[in-house]
Amino acid sequence: MLAFIVQRALQAILVMAVMSVIVFVGVYAVGNPVDIVIPPDATIAMREEVIRRLGLDLPLWKQYGIFAWNLLHGDFGRSFVYNMPVLELIGGRLPATLELVLISILFATVVGVSLGIYAGVKPDSLLSKLIMGLSILGFSVPSFWVGLILILTFAVSLGILPAGGRGETVTVFGVPWSFLTLNGLSHIVLPALNLALFKLAMMIRLARAGTREAMLSDTVKFARAAGLSEATILRRHVLKLISIPIITVFGLELGSTLAFAVVTETIFSWPGVGKLIIDSITVLDRPVMVAYLVLTAFLFVMINFTVDLVFAAIDPRIRSGRQSA
Amino acid sequence: MTGPAPTTPAPGKATPPIVLFWREFRRNRFATVALAVTLLLAFVALFAPFIAPQDPYNLQTLSLMDARRPPGHVGSGGYVHILGTDAQGRDLLSAILYGLRISIQISLAAGFIALTIGATVGVLAAYVGGWIESVIMRIVDLQLSFPAILLALVLSALLGQGKAQLVTALVAAQYAYFARTAYGAATAERRKDYVEAALATPLSARRVIFRHLLPNCAPPLIVVATVQIASSISLEATLSFLGLGLPVTEPSLGMLISNGFAYMMSGRYWISVYPGLMLILLIMAINIVGDQIRDQLNPRLRR
Repeated sequence: MLAFIVQRALQAILVMAVMSVIVFVGVYAVGNPVDIVIPPDATIAMREEVIRRLGLDLPLWKQYGIFAWNLLHGDFGRSFVYNMPVLELIGGRLPATLELVLISILFATVVGVSLGIYAGVKPDSLLSKLIMGLSILGFSVPSFWVGLILILTFAVSLGILPAGGRGETVTVFGVPWSFLTLNGLSHIVLPALNLALFKLAMMIRLARAGTREAMLSDTVKFARAAGLSEATILRRHVLKLISIPIITVFGLELGSTLAFAVVTETIFSWPGVGKLIIDSITVLDRPVMVAYLVLTAFLFVMINFTVDLVFAAIDPRIRSGRQSA
Repeated sequence: MTGPAPTTPAPGKATPPIVLFWREFRRNRFATVALAVTLLLAFVALFAPFIAPQDPYNLQTLSLMDARRPPGHVGSGGYVHILGTDAQGRDLLSAILYGLRISIQISLAAGFIALTIGATVGVLAAYVGGWIESVIMRIVDLQLSFPAILLALVLSALLGQGKAQLVTALVAAQYAYFARTAYGAATAERRKDYVEAALATPLSARRVIFRHLLPNCAPPLIVVATVQIASSISLEATLSFLGLGLPVTEPSLGMLISNGFAYMMSGRYWISVYPGLMLILLIMAINIVGDQIRDQLNPRLRR
């Protein structure tokens, strides 16, 4: 087991090193950041001074060396646009994104699993067919368009929910949160619903497939024979049987929901990390782009690493590196 | 796995598998309608210049007098704008038809290139084996653990706007799905007797791969291809919506929706809503056709 952990950890470090090179070189290839840092009427001397200060006159490998060295010391550089440390900038935006992602994924799981279990228990009822139709729609419709329709319906036509922004926030331990005020909560409803829709469709399908299988299992047959009520069987046995794949997907989807938040945050002008990266791309704020990408890569490498370890702990075949056919 | 449909020995001449496949497909009305819709949309997109009432890229035919008119408005061109006009005074129906054309073009190009690269990589990994196999599949698996949208987002941001750049970004985001599928199918086929037999003959490796191994990996690849084309249409629209996909001069459906977004707040819903409905119709139709093909090719669902 230890050899396996060491091997996977080395692999993760290698992947991170490769990713940082790819990201750095890739972002380096885009545009000239000098133009956005200095005013257009700057003298040539000022221009040269800025180029030297940003280290842009050095060869690429040296720039990467400095970047990697700083990175290992937790220094992601300063944003060209906001002129503040990138880590501080991203850290300041992170609560908004986390709050949005967590609320929507929780919503998707709770509602999706309930609907999925219902559809699995009564596969032929009209409501179940409606639920499954909804899940097909959730898979097919691009999420940004759903966002627009939500705004059009609830903000423009009905005028009952705000179309963008975070609303009032409450500061807890120096971090502002929206979900603690009524006004903030009303701001979070639409973006969270928008972000949740795809996951909701997936949770419904997972829960339905799992439930249909579980209902045929011996566990359920014996529980019925023992005279337990259907509700108790569902709560105590079926839910337990279907929870393993759901928890796995929940963990894996956490990362991809963060990625999808980019779209949702742009539509609802939600001041999170996703909106920050899109804004940074449009103004070529290189340090922010690089930092976001490296941090995201790190997040995914960590998620995969954890998943690998958890699976290895459960399944000894994976540990020995032999995949059974 | 070997044939698209189980052939019952027919008296007289044998029916080609494709005909049998079509007969079974036709039995699902829902899927048949979806196929008809897909073909109709492809046809309309192909002949958009002949069908559309207006050339939305010809600035001389546009008049700002007609801008942002609701559906049913009779413009200065003397004809009814069935779906209204956009901010530049473009007839929205024409813009949607041209947008559909671009969306289908991009996603088909991306789909076929990704299929070619992915299938080659996957089959090669399964055929060659050894350390090449582990390196290739490690990279593919690693990429699959990243959400495709993030990869496409970053790449199109790095590459800039344009059709070629967008296709590159989509291919890079999607080839891994084909590679994984081709690899899975090819490793299963690789162990079968007919491949061993073909290898025992003095046939070249290339011939064995392309004539024997690859055709038998086709069914799952076809299924993945339909899913991936639908998802690349959606991905392209999303990127264009975020302003990362195509330049403003070539508005795809995503860009039309994005342009209309600003006017939605003032109640001019049609600029965003109609291109969106077209997008959904296209994606859903392709997905339903893909579902049916998957069910038909899945040996486990056969009685």
